Amino acid sequence: MKSLGSIRRSFAPWADPASKPFISVKNVTKKFGDFTAVDDLSLDIYTREFFALLGASGCGKSTLLRMLAGFEQPTSGEIILDGQNLAGIPPYRRPVNMMFQSYALFPHMTVESNIAFGLKQDGMPKADIAERVGQMLKLVKLEKFAQRKPHQLSGGQRQRVALARSLAKRPKVLLLDEPLGALDKKLREETQFELMDLQQELGLTFVIVTHDQEEAMTMAGRIAVMSHGKVVQVATPAEIYEAPNSRFVADFIGDVNLFDGTVTAAEGGAVRIETAGGIPVRMASPEKLADGARAAVAIRPEKIRISRQPPAHAPVNAAEGEIWDIGYLGDMTVFHVRLKDGKVVKASSLNAVRAVEDPLGYDQQVWVSFGEDAGVVLKD
Amino acid sequence: MAKLASALVGRLVIIVPYAWLLFFFLIPFFIVFRISLSETAIAMPPYTPVFDLAGGLAGILEKMREFSADNYVWLTEDVLYFNAYVSSLIIAAISTFLTLLIGFPIAYGMAKAPRSIRPTLLMLVILPFWTSFLIRVYAWIAILKPEGLLNQFLITFGVIDQPLIILNTNTAIYIGIVYSYLPFMVLPIYSALEKMDHSLIEAAQDLGCTPVSAFWRVTFPLSLPGVVAGCLLVFIPAVGEFVIPDLLGGSETLMIGKTLWNEFNANRDWPVSSAVATVLLLILVIPIVYFQNVQAKADGEGK
Repeated sequence: MKSLGSIRRSFAPWADPASKPFISVKNVTKKFGDFTAVDDLSLDIYTREFFALLGASGCGKSTLLRMLAGFEQPTSGEIILDGQNLAGIPPYRRPVNMMFQSYALFPHMTVESNIAFGLKQDGMPKADIAERVGQMLKLVKLEKFAQRKPHQLSGGQRQRVALARSLAKRPKVLLLDEPLGALDKKLREETQFELMDLQQELGLTFVIVTHDQEEAMTMAGRIAVMSHGKVVQVATPAEIYEAPNSRFVADFIGDVNLFDGTVTAAEGGAVRIETAGGIPVRMASPEKLADGARAAVAIRPEKIRISRQPPAHAPVNAAEGEIWDIGYLGDMTVFHVRLKDGKVVKASSLNAVRAVEDPLGYDQQVWVSFGEDAGVVLKD
Repeated sequence: MAKLASALVGRLVIIVPYAWLLFFFLIPFFIVFRISLSETAIAMPPYTPVFDLAGGLAGILEKMREFSADNYVWLTEDVLYFNAYVSSLIIAAISTFLTLLIGFPIAYGMAKAPRSIRPTLLMLVILPFWTSFLIRVYAWIAILKPEGLLNQFLITFGVIDQPLIILNTNTAIYIGIVYSYLPFMVLPIYSALEKMDHSLIEAAQDLGCTPVSAFWRVTFPLSLPGVVAGCLLVFIPAVGEFVIPDLLGGSETLMIGKTLWNEFNANRDWPVSSAVATVLLLILVIPIVYFQNVQAKADGEGK
């Protein structure tokens, strides 16, 4: 069976019409004065899901998270959590906990007291608190730092304390606001996998807000791509990447080459498009598009081949150009090829071997080409 | 060369505050201390011994033999001084507590106010300093006296039918001190509250705190450095306060500032008043130094 992004998922409650969502955001709008931060947004999140809200800053993702936590009230619409309408319920009575972007650790308390804070507030017996705090410290591997104050910890350690503190009360849902934003790249990558393992282990529902697409792709089971207060697409990382539903998503996630054109024919699961640059394209498309309709073909750089000779299927799905720029990234090389009409196409190739005989160089005449299933057709 | 120059400038910058303390605190203190070891004399200046450089070092050493601790012994023999110290400390403590009670909500309100109006509020707190302290205390006489503004107001509105006697009582002193020192309480608390990260309150609420418990478990503990600074800034000058008890207080009000003034001006006993001042300084400095040591130790332990 062919699967997008070559990941097979056994956990996919969203695909099962019988499963009930754990969190239901229904037509929620949030306005700050004249500014609409969240615009008539609806969303379902299922139990034990790792769900990411992804978008550029100011797209409303943090506002949505803060509404889930109870720090903001929706202007209209409702949020249902585990069958309970959250309207008017203050943050301190919601079964959710949040991990703050700034970590918000209490500077006057030790690591231990920080983690115990919520438990103490709930009036848990002292012995139980000590036991739970011990578990949490073990979970985040900070046993040795129990007596430290936050300012005596490194950024990574603080992040762990914040995580332990937000998990200590065993919330039904953990909200994470840019949890890894303050960490350096290496640590961030490590922590991403740790968070995933933790979520699996504890069987919790995680909702994470991030502007980092790589972070969202790595960790989340599903991603909601947001723009201007609306959800543009909700899908698995592979679907978002391989089958974006709009120009915005295609452009926002990863690199993409967009060829604008007009549909000239629709033939058995594929369409023919004449691009603005004059390349005749034949591309698989589950949707039948009318002749003369405006459409765009989106193709990821790694799905574009570069060759010195024209491919067998030329001129269909192929164009001639010259190498304009070369970006060597170590694991792969990105070529910018300038076509005859001036359009620059990005093509990347994996550096699978260490030494290449006669590598491609600047100003060389090459052909770029792609297969019939290399890209997606986007309606305008 | 430039490095050397910048190092030199660095040194100079450090020297400035030390020089200030040396010339305006340490040297005056030693002068006062020296006078406290002298004896009164009907002379100019009114104490002996008086040093002159004509006798050289030997002459100075000779005169130093005349120093005695008699004035300190005298302070312990007359219960007036002890009572004045204790009464000053009590009045200052009560005033500080009242100032905190009024100042904290003001500072809290300022820190919670929209960012755009905070500078205005800050200016309003400092505004009374633009008039003379003395004039403001005199104004309180006009307000508090039996036929003053406050009583007129209360009688006109039928709250009372006999004027309240506030002026020349300890109540008037509390009002005077709280009013005069309020900015010194508000400003440090405000600065502690203002730099507090609001997400800490949200985190507390997220973990189950109602707004009230979030205040007591997070906001208040974090404002403590400001509270301590504010209390010291009010308490220390209030203990030695002279103008307010003199103008607003009654004849039975016993405060060390007034005692000192009497010794110095009415009795012309400079040595005893110097001893009074020296003891006052020790009463204030020793607990503060001790407190800071404890604080520093507590900070050190966490590390």
